Amino acid sequence: MALLEVDDLSVTFARRGQRTVHAVDGVSFSVDAGEVVGLVGESGCGKSVTSLAIMGLLPRQPGLRVGGRAVFDGTDLLQLDDRSRRDIRGRDVAMIFQDPLSSLNPVIPIGLQVTEVLTRHRGMKGEAAQKEAADLLDRVGIPDPRRRLKEYPHQLSGGMRQRALIAMAVACQPRLLIADEPTTALDVTIQAQILELLKELVRDSGTALVMITHDLGVVAGMCDTINVLYAGRVVETARRRPLFREPRHPYTVGLLGSVPRLDAGRGERLNPIPGSVRDVLAWPDGCAFAPRCTRRIDECVGAPPELTLTYDGRSYRCVNPPPVPGTPPPAATDAGAPEPATGGPVPAPREEEKP
Amino acid sequence: MTESDILVEVRDLKVHFPIKRGLILDRVVGHVKAVDGVDLSIPRGKTYGLVGESGCGKSTLGRALLQLTPPTGGEVRFDGVELTTLAAGKLRTMRRRMQMIFQDPMSSLDPRQNVESILTEGLQTHGIGTDRDDRRRIIGETLDAVGLPRWALSRYPHEFSGGQRQRIGIARALVLGPELIVADEPVSALDVSIQAQVVNLLDELQDNLGLTYLVIAHDLAVVKHISDVVGVMYLGALVEEAPSDRLYSEPLHPYTRALMSAVPVPDPDVEDRRERILLAGDLPSPANPPSGCRFHTRCPWAQPTRCADERPALREIGGSRVACHFAERIATGELRPHKVSAQIVRPEGEGEDPAVVSAPTEPGSYV
Repeated sequence: MALLEVDDLSVTFARRGQRTVHAVDGVSFSVDAGEVVGLVGESGCGKSVTSLAIMGLLPRQPGLRVGGRAVFDGTDLLQLDDRSRRDIRGRDVAMIFQDPLSSLNPVIPIGLQVTEVLTRHRGMKGEAAQKEAADLLDRVGIPDPRRRLKEYPHQLSGGMRQRALIAMAVACQPRLLIADEPTTALDVTIQAQILELLKELVRDSGTALVMITHDLGVVAGMCDTINVLYAGRVVETARRRPLFREPRHPYTVGLLGSVPRLDAGRGERLNPIPGSVRDVLAWPDGCAFAPRCTRRIDECVGAPPELTLTYDGRSYRCVNPPPVPGTPPPAATDAGAPEPATGGPVPAPREEEKP
Repeated sequence: MTESDILVEVRDLKVHFPIKRGLILDRVVGHVKAVDGVDLSIPRGKTYGLVGESGCGKSTLGRALLQLTPPTGGEVRFDGVELTTLAAGKLRTMRRRMQMIFQDPMSSLDPRQNVESILTEGLQTHGIGTDRDDRRRIIGETLDAVGLPRWALSRYPHEFSGGQRQRIGIARALVLGPELIVADEPVSALDVSIQAQVVNLLDELQDNLGLTYLVIAHDLAVVKHISDVVGVMYLGALVEEAPSDRLYSEPLHPYTRALMSAVPVPDPDVEDRRERILLAGDLPSPANPPSGCRFHTRCPWAQPTRCADERPALREIGGSRVACHFAERIATGELRPHKVSAQIVRPEGEGEDPAVVSAPTEPGSYV
């Protein structure tokens, strides 16, 4: 049983006189303890709405409908009432947001914002809470934590603010951490520091991490399993190496082709995906990516493509997937079929993961 | 390279912004040295990329080059003409030949002007085109060049997607037939799949029109992809300038090394294998930059001699220009990196005195 099991999650925003927007449409994924799962996609693909729905942070407004299940350790987070949700949030499940300046309260000192969590969930008060807060700031690499506790968010640099936010999130040693674009607002050298810190947290405390990002480079270095989202649907799920080595969905192929690579030579043109995400609205029934897809065939229009499962937890939603480079057609690798043991007596695991 | 091949030449450019205190007396208590002595030259038809982290002065340099921010000192020569001393009227006519593309297309386009009006404005100001039809023809050609449909003319910026808006911004720069285009973060507000479209468009336009670019961006991969020569800035000065391939294969300055190793590469095999140099701490304040080499407070290779008290000048090493005293010895592996503790240098007069604090558990300064 996975720690978090998201099953057929859907979020729709309806407004009178306007078409209903399916922000998230049947998203399913699971996260095990100590695992880093990535949700990747461009703006508007529903990755942030997914995380907000799981946390129960979507603004209550008429027309909002959340369906499906998000089972965390046996309890469906979507069915909880406000009180028990508040108990879980911050203690068992915590979140790190993109922009640390707008998610910290500007008129309250950092110390108070950190101790607030400790008081609410661990019942710590006074000097004990102060000491614990200083320890937390120290753990996330903020120098001179005692003085920092008295300072306000604007007195900290961007990297420090993000560290403070992480300190608040890990204050109660949550079992699940959701990081929504945690490094997008930061410079590359600071980004490297923060990613290293998150990796350390996962390694040392076995926290499960859901990493939401648009940066394929960040995903390549951090995530164990990756879900690629497009227009509110998971279009491809795979372990890290197979995804980058042999992407099966045309959108994933397109994304990988359109990122300029630091280790590539100068002069070669990028292969952008034609059109833009806004074209999605035109074809609501078929595959959402079809208007931009170079491998479009007639079957793409009409009904949304079913999820195709292949070996090793891989799945994709495409009726005409690009061929895997350098391998014969995967005849022996139907759904659920074990990896054929070729060569040595012991079948090597497909994915050699970091210890 | 002969003199006429160089379109832009910058010598010892300085832009200092005064820090003012007090209500009535308005005393100047110090200067933010946003750009502090930069030399560079851009050959005609080539792309010069400028990278650096936020606050390193790269945007200010771009604006000072176009005289949008008056430089405090130094020279900017555009096609042999000194811009810093040019009279306002003459400068205005020069501006036709040097245009700018801004980062955020939404805030750099007037929401109440339609596309035709946006594109006509520049033509009228510079007196290009004989009459309305002639201008329409020029605008039509420009729209084709940037890949926008003709019906875009009567639409307003909010009716377009981000990528299309950036195309409008490019069209606005292009319609005047400039020779130099300064692009300040041209793709950082766009989605990945759209970024590639705009990068390719910039490449195409350069091939077809022989444009010269100064591309300013924080995304190293984009800059490296698009540029012939890349300059790396740190705290208002160039620390390294190299052909874009060399910069990645053999970075010489410690800061460039750290920067290169920090950029995530979308390839798990590369990500797992490569060595990572994690810098400790944040960028020091440009109001109170460290003495000597600006980078020595965070440099894993900093030496007790020279680094703290002698500012290194850019010098030529095998085709690159590097501002580091020990670049050769670092390249040969003679000097080994060591752990650096984080230092906090506070701006003058803010809070307490400048304090130096070391972080006991800075996560893996060198991994």
